[in-house]
Amino acid sequence: MMISTFKELKKNLKKDSTSLPTIKVALLGDNATQFLAIGIKGIGIERGYNIELFEADYNQVERQFLDPTSELYSFNADYVIVFQSTHKLLSAYNEKALGSQNDLANERLDFIKLMCNSTQSRLIYFNYPEIEDNVFGSYASKIDSSFTYQLRKLNYELMTLAQQNSNLFICDIAALQNKFGRDMMFDSSVYVTTEMILSIDAIPYVASRTMDIISAAQGKFNKCLILDLDNTMWGGIIGDDGLENIQLGHDLGIGKAFTEFQQWAKKLKNRGIILAVCSKNNEDTAKEPFEKHPDMVLRLDDIAVFVANWENKADNIRKIQSVLNIGFDSMVFLDDNPFERNIVRENIPGITVPELPEDPGEYLEYLYSLNLFETASYSNADTDRTKQYQAEAQRVTMQKSFTDEAEFLKNLDMVSEVKPFDNFNTPRVSQLSQRSNQFNLRTVRYLEADVERIANDDNFQDFSFTLSDKYGDHGLICIIILEKKNKEALFIDTWFMSCRVLKRGMENFTLNTIVKYAKENGFKKVIGEYISTPKNKMVGNHYSQLGFSPIESDGQNLYELDIDGYINKECFITNK
Amino acid sequence: MNTEEILEQVQEIFHDQLDDESIVLTSETTADDVDDWDSLTHIMLVVAIEKHFKVKFTSKEILSWKNVGEMMDCIIEK
Repeated sequence: MMISTFKELKKNLKKDSTSLPTIKVALLGDNATQFLAIGIKGIGIERGYNIELFEADYNQVERQFLDPTSELYSFNADYVIVFQSTHKLLSAYNEKALGSQNDLANERLDFIKLMCNSTQSRLIYFNYPEIEDNVFGSYASKIDSSFTYQLRKLNYELMTLAQQNSNLFICDIAALQNKFGRDMMFDSSVYVTTEMILSIDAIPYVASRTMDIISAAQGKFNKCLILDLDNTMWGGIIGDDGLENIQLGHDLGIGKAFTEFQQWAKKLKNRGIILAVCSKNNEDTAKEPFEKHPDMVLRLDDIAVFVANWENKADNIRKIQSVLNIGFDSMVFLDDNPFERNIVRENIPGITVPELPEDPGEYLEYLYSLNLFETASYSNADTDRTKQYQAEAQRVTMQKSFTDEAEFLKNLDMVSEVKPFDNFNTPRVSQLSQRSNQFNLRTVRYLEADVERIANDDNFQDFSFTLSDKYGDHGLICIIILEKKNKEALFIDTWFMSCRVLKRGMENFTLNTIVKYAKENGFKKVIGEYISTPKNKMVGNHYSQLGFSPIESDGQNLYELDIDGYINKECFITNK
Repeated sequence: MNTEEILEQVQEIFHDQLDDESIVLTSETTADDVDDWDSLTHIMLVVAIEKHFKVKFTSKEILSWKNVGEMMDCIIEK
């Protein structure tokens, strides 16, 4: 997987993208953005989106935000991208009166805060790749009125601002410049002749970084990393070389490349990325380093699913998928062998298979450049994900020993805590809203700011559900948002559930909870809607199965349930 | 490399960048003669030519060319 060239992205625009889901994006810059606009649309098509773009005229950032009647506001974008360049920041600095230069960062931050407060759209703001004017040399660090000092302060404070505003996303193009260098990012003749700050070679990377954020917020991101073992996770072949001779560890030599690679994978695991192993090996041999090698960073309990056998890797990845129950398009497969990579790439549509460099010493720098694991949310529950999948494997084993489904469910000792949204669960609610694709009736995505808004709106009633059993805690796994349409009817605006808890009777428990609330508050019926997406066929008959009746309506799949006469559905989950 | 060879390669770059195989260049061709050759595609062409011939033009040169011939003179000089 290489990033397309600008020319290729431009060519994409000739394809018919009207059948793809449309996202409305506004692009504003203090520099010429025509090529960036082409890049964003072009990469959007590669990621499966039709980007409907509003490109503001040159250098209109302030006017568009400050004028309430501007095109920006009437366009009503899902995402607003703002690219204020370091170049123009430097010009502003140069023109500042002596003595006021140390206000530069704060003044810009004030404007960014104003932007955050003026729009309901999600704001994607480019941070500032550094230009060193070297007026003070390295001594600039000691001088708070130096450009270097103000620039770095600004980049730092942007992160603080992003923590405070859940609708603000920083697109880290400074990181791109760190990776590729200023000479790649900036081309003086392009700048002089066109007022474009980004070189043609930089455009695809910047567009891709931007689209990473949009895709993640739309619920499309990688959740699982599948790793080969020999010459990917350690140097050498465990079956041939033996435990003592594989290359691993901090001594001189290639071993440290593998150690550092494992440390990277471990950090991903701690962040909530599921790790799986897919290796051509005998299982015992493959597991030996994990159990016995002193320099292994990853241990067996870091791996959610471990598959080592001599069958082909495409089949094995399908096996891993069936345990994890996530889409192939959220999986990344790393293997040093080009042959295996091709088999997997050709047989598993949607999976990401990076072309690892030949030299293991270059693995990490290459992987860093791909930004494979962008996310639009993070919560502490992420860190337990591996444990949850391992517990799932245990449940699968136990289920096999029960022939009676109800007996099995009873034996799980399931407990659910039902709570409205609060400060503690808001990040997880928002995150689940972006992650849930399959068991999601309407697939409306909510960011943290939306969750807070709903929690404070009397027209809505919200419920979050946790589930735990004797094998472990699933954490927050189901969300209901009810909209009070009128005195009689409650509309189920949102019903999604983690696929980890399918077939536990959680649907019944959830509906019982909804009906109980409806009864207590005098509602007569509950209305549900199913909006079909490529991924949520699983719940196509959800409401019919729960006893709702279809309502005649134009093009909408609406269902209703009468509250009177509802009999609580059987389930084996107790309220905490 | 003689002028003819350079012209041929430049023409190929035009075909590739503008995605139009029908473009025929001569020394006298100007931006007005080629459909998609505008100020934006111009910079794409310039960057592609720089890469192909492993040269770097100055901004002044880029802004001074009146036709393909002048651009090629610049390549030959380098």
